[in-house]
Amino acid sequence: MNDILNVSGLVTQLRNGTRIVDEISFCIRAGETYALLGESGCGKSMTALSLMRLLPDGVAHTGGTALLDDIDLFGLPEREMREVRGGRMAMIFQEPGLSLNPVMTVGQQIAEVLALHAGRDSSRRGFVGLKSDLRQRCIDLLDQVGIPDASRRVTEYPFQLSGGMKQRVMIAMALAGSPKLLIADEPTTALDVTIQAQVLQLLRDTQAASGMSLLLITHDLGVVAENAHRVGVMYAGQIVEQASRAQLFARPLHPYTQKLFAALPDTARSDQPLAAIPGSVPPPGSITQGCRFAPRCDKAWALCVEQTPEWTEVADGQGVRCHLYDRIEDWGSRIEGKPQQKQDGAMPSSILNPRSSILKVSDLKVYFPIRKGILQRVAGQVKAVDGVSLEIPQGRTLALVGESGCGKTTLGKALLQLIPPTAGSVQFAGRELMGLSARALRTQRGTMQMVFQDPYASLNPKMRVAEILEEGMTALNIETNSAARQSRIDTLLDQVGLARSIKWRYPHEFSGGQRQRIAIARALAVSPQLLICDEPTSALDVSVQAQILNLLKALQQELNLSYLFITHNLAVVEYLAHEVCVMYLGRIVERGTAEEVLRAPKHPYTQALLSAVPRIDGKGRERIRY
Amino acid sequence: MNFTPVILWSDALVFLLLAAGIASTWYVRRHEHLLLPWRRVAQSATAMVSLLVLSLFLIVGLLDTLHYRAALPEKNGGETVYTPEVLSVFDKLAGPLRAQTEKTYSAPLAVTLYTKESITDPQGNVVRDYPRLRYGGAHLADGAQRDGDVLKRVLLGAVCGLLAGALLLAAGIASFRPPITQFEGRLRPESSGFKPKAFLYDWIPACAGMTRNRTLKVLLIATLIIAALIGAIANLATVYHVLGTDKVGQDVLYLSLKSIRTGLIIGTVTTLVTLPLALLLGIAAGYLRGWVDDVIQYIYTVLSSIPSVLLIAAAVLMMQVTIETHPEWFDTSASRADLRLVFLCLILGMTSWTGLCRLLRGETLKLRELEYIQAAQAFGVSSLRILTRHIVPNVMHIILIALVMDFSALVLAEAVLSYVGVGVDPSMISFGTMINGARLEMGRDPMVWWALAAAFGFMLALVLAANLFADAVRDAFDPRLNRTEAVA
Repeated sequence: MNDILNVSGLVTQLRNGTRIVDEISFCIRAGETYALLGESGCGKSMTALSLMRLLPDGVAHTGGTALLDDIDLFGLPEREMREVRGGRMAMIFQEPGLSLNPVMTVGQQIAEVLALHAGRDSSRRGFVGLKSDLRQRCIDLLDQVGIPDASRRVTEYPFQLSGGMKQRVMIAMALAGSPKLLIADEPTTALDVTIQAQVLQLLRDTQAASGMSLLLITHDLGVVAENAHRVGVMYAGQIVEQASRAQLFARPLHPYTQKLFAALPDTARSDQPLAAIPGSVPPPGSITQGCRFAPRCDKAWALCVEQTPEWTEVADGQGVRCHLYDRIEDWGSRIEGKPQQKQDGAMPSSILNPRSSILKVSDLKVYFPIRKGILQRVAGQVKAVDGVSLEIPQGRTLALVGESGCGKTTLGKALLQLIPPTAGSVQFAGRELMGLSARALRTQRGTMQMVFQDPYASLNPKMRVAEILEEGMTALNIETNSAARQSRIDTLLDQVGLARSIKWRYPHEFSGGQRQRIAIARALAVSPQLLICDEPTSALDVSVQAQILNLLKALQQELNLSYLFITHNLAVVEYLAHEVCVMYLGRIVERGTAEEVLRAPKHPYTQALLSAVPRIDGKGRERIRY
Repeated sequence: MNFTPVILWSDALVFLLLAAGIASTWYVRRHEHLLLPWRRVAQSATAMVSLLVLSLFLIVGLLDTLHYRAALPEKNGGETVYTPEVLSVFDKLAGPLRAQTEKTYSAPLAVTLYTKESITDPQGNVVRDYPRLRYGGAHLADGAQRDGDVLKRVLLGAVCGLLAGALLLAAGIASFRPPITQFEGRLRPESSGFKPKAFLYDWIPACAGMTRNRTLKVLLIATLIIAALIGAIANLATVYHVLGTDKVGQDVLYLSLKSIRTGLIIGTVTTLVTLPLALLLGIAAGYLRGWVDDVIQYIYTVLSSIPSVLLIAAAVLMMQVTIETHPEWFDTSASRADLRLVFLCLILGMTSWTGLCRLLRGETLKLRELEYIQAAQAFGVSSLRILTRHIVPNVMHIILIALVMDFSALVLAEAVLSYVGVGVDPSMISFGTMINGARLEMGRDPMVWWALAAAFGFMLALVLAANLFADAVRDAFDPRLNRTEAVA
């Protein structure tokens, strides 16, 4: 048996008995990458922490076994478990910025792991000076993870490194104990696409070189397609489907997996709504009987609600937890016969007509002065947005694509005059917005609104939904009497697909997707013509992202809205945008229709960006480093 | 009318606070969604017991705030003359406690003084012994009977207290109409009068419901315990000095109870000064940034780098000199002492807002970057409205906790200032003067510990109750901790 890790019947519970991880069984072979795929809150990180025995307070492992190299992890005393952590099994985390100690140099942090697990005792003399061979090992490790100029970097502090570098250092630390199994918990979620591609490549290379196994935890089908050998799809604390990568991408069995694929936006379906999964992931413990996906599943029948489906082995290595496959004889006919989703009408042809542009930006500059000295003299400038020009026609979507720090959010806020632009011109429907007084600007406020990235930070936790929606109307004197306002709020809630009865609730009672709907309704309350959407789906799960994208598209057709869609997610661009601007270091490096830019990119940065996006067809592409 | 009411400056401030409190209660009661968090407070056992203790303190403080001057029997040409002494309703209620002063120190529940004195016995010999107290245990023929008498009185008092408490509760429950009655009350004709049968029909399930509700059960038990305690102490206090006497023979229990008002005034009136300054300047600095921030930061940095005791001492001394050069401003010594207290609060307030201000500025700096603030800005909502609608509700928890924490610090600050000699008027009874006096008493041999212990015990109970209550209130108001039912 060449299984490195063998988990069977793993159960992790909250103190009140709620099962967060419910009877999970899987095994990882030597040198293999096993991906746990699932949306937020489905228990994938808890599975990893259970294996490391690093569960937070109030969560406890209550059943099941995990054998790592035939050692029972849950039978070990804590003392021996410490040897295992870092030594046989290492873990890297989502946020590289938070997992390194900011007051220790990179070398010291790696040396700490080496000292613990390589039998070299430097802890006795502290970390005042690195022993030369330890130092050499650190440099070797940094080299191994592809950090240039490793001998200099080894003495640097984490704040001197970029996010991608930090994640590389984390990987180097994990490799320092030469583990048999590396658990990577969303290792690339906090990174830009180009950096993500590099880190994924690094993980593959290291795996090939050292022969370790990898437990990859992710919500991103693209990452799975790039790196995984076998995949376990998790939903609400259970593995609902398990298959090899090829099997999964060729023929997903569980309705949830099928829907996940269907919910991914791309150009091929840009003229029809995405197959969004209604609702959201149920909170742990809310469903105790029957299939946990049943309330959101369009193929569910009575049995699904009454009886919990058993694990069914369908084909070689592929298994599923669904009543559809209880009787193996006829599963083939079932999965083929299902049409994907209902088709909606094509877009109105009017959209194809050329229109006048509603927003015209020319040579917009936003500089932040760097002040120095007592007199706060301006010593230099950060050119966040450096001479950007763009036009958005009525009823169309312009996508602004770029990686973090390229100035795209600053641009969006500068258009709304939330950040005062330094120079340039912003014309909305022919009226110049630059240099307007606060009073004159206020009359223009209603025409342009913004939907923010983080639905958890964009709604005031102390205000009720009705008050949130009413605020803009009050500020801009829309609907002066309160009854008219209330009826408008009802209309808005209908428009964004929320029940009218939620008016008197506080935002914390809603899920991320519902909150984003409220945020959209708030922006719509003042009947804007242009919505600036700043990464509105990046904080949401794939299935919920599809709901929001559908909503935005429907609203565009219904209200003839224009969107400036700021995003780093190229798949969303493909689905939603008519035109694309690619932004890099404060400038727009390429523009054109979505088709042109995404199919035939001209600028090398765009090419690099596009090639870095993991494709879910599973076929590798040549990467362009930029 | 044989008295005239006197409203001192601090009384006026207390009444103002009381009116504000009643007005906001009335406003909250009319708005269901504002009432909801308070219902959650009412469901917390800790909060309700703390509130019970707190309200006892408040009642004592309020009774002590109703001041009057009694009329003298002789008249001056047909015009009623009032005593120069300003008394409060509380003084009247606790009359014996106030009047029965001993010669000097006596221990709690003692029948003799704390120190030996030369006394002449009936035979005419001069002996050195502990003299009997003038009032404490004076009804006993022999000091040795004390223990039995104390026990008897404690038990009797406790039983009376329990009965009184039970009666009070019964009255409370009787006035409490269970929801069913309210519903049926509409169906029943109002004129039908009192129906004992129907009353019992409602009342019994109401009582049964109460024993099931944990909070109510805890509250009932706490009320009974406190009632028994008060009964026992009240019964003892008529013939003993329950907490002993101080240097000039005043009853320490009386001093402690009188100190409550001073403590409450220093805590609340100072807050009244601190709060607007800290809140307004803190959030303005944090939200507006730029030169406003620079100026405000500059002011509070300078203010907090001056040693505060020095600053307060200088201000108080100036105020004291002004008061002493204008004796014609005051018709009674009480009004002079009171004005001094009010000014002390003002001065304490003016020097102690910097900490809270800094805290609020920091929190506002964090909040202003949040997206809901930017969304409001995108609507063109005015800065003032953003500050009041978005920032203030989100820093309220900090204010609540900081104020309650400051409360004990302020009472202690008063003690420190009394020690330096710039605290409240020496004629005013406060925890500060009690603690200050204890400085010498603790150095005596044998030690006099009861004055300090009493001040400590009362302050602990007051501050702890306030803290626990504030904690419960904060939790109840945090929407993230409470999934609410939708209410229109």
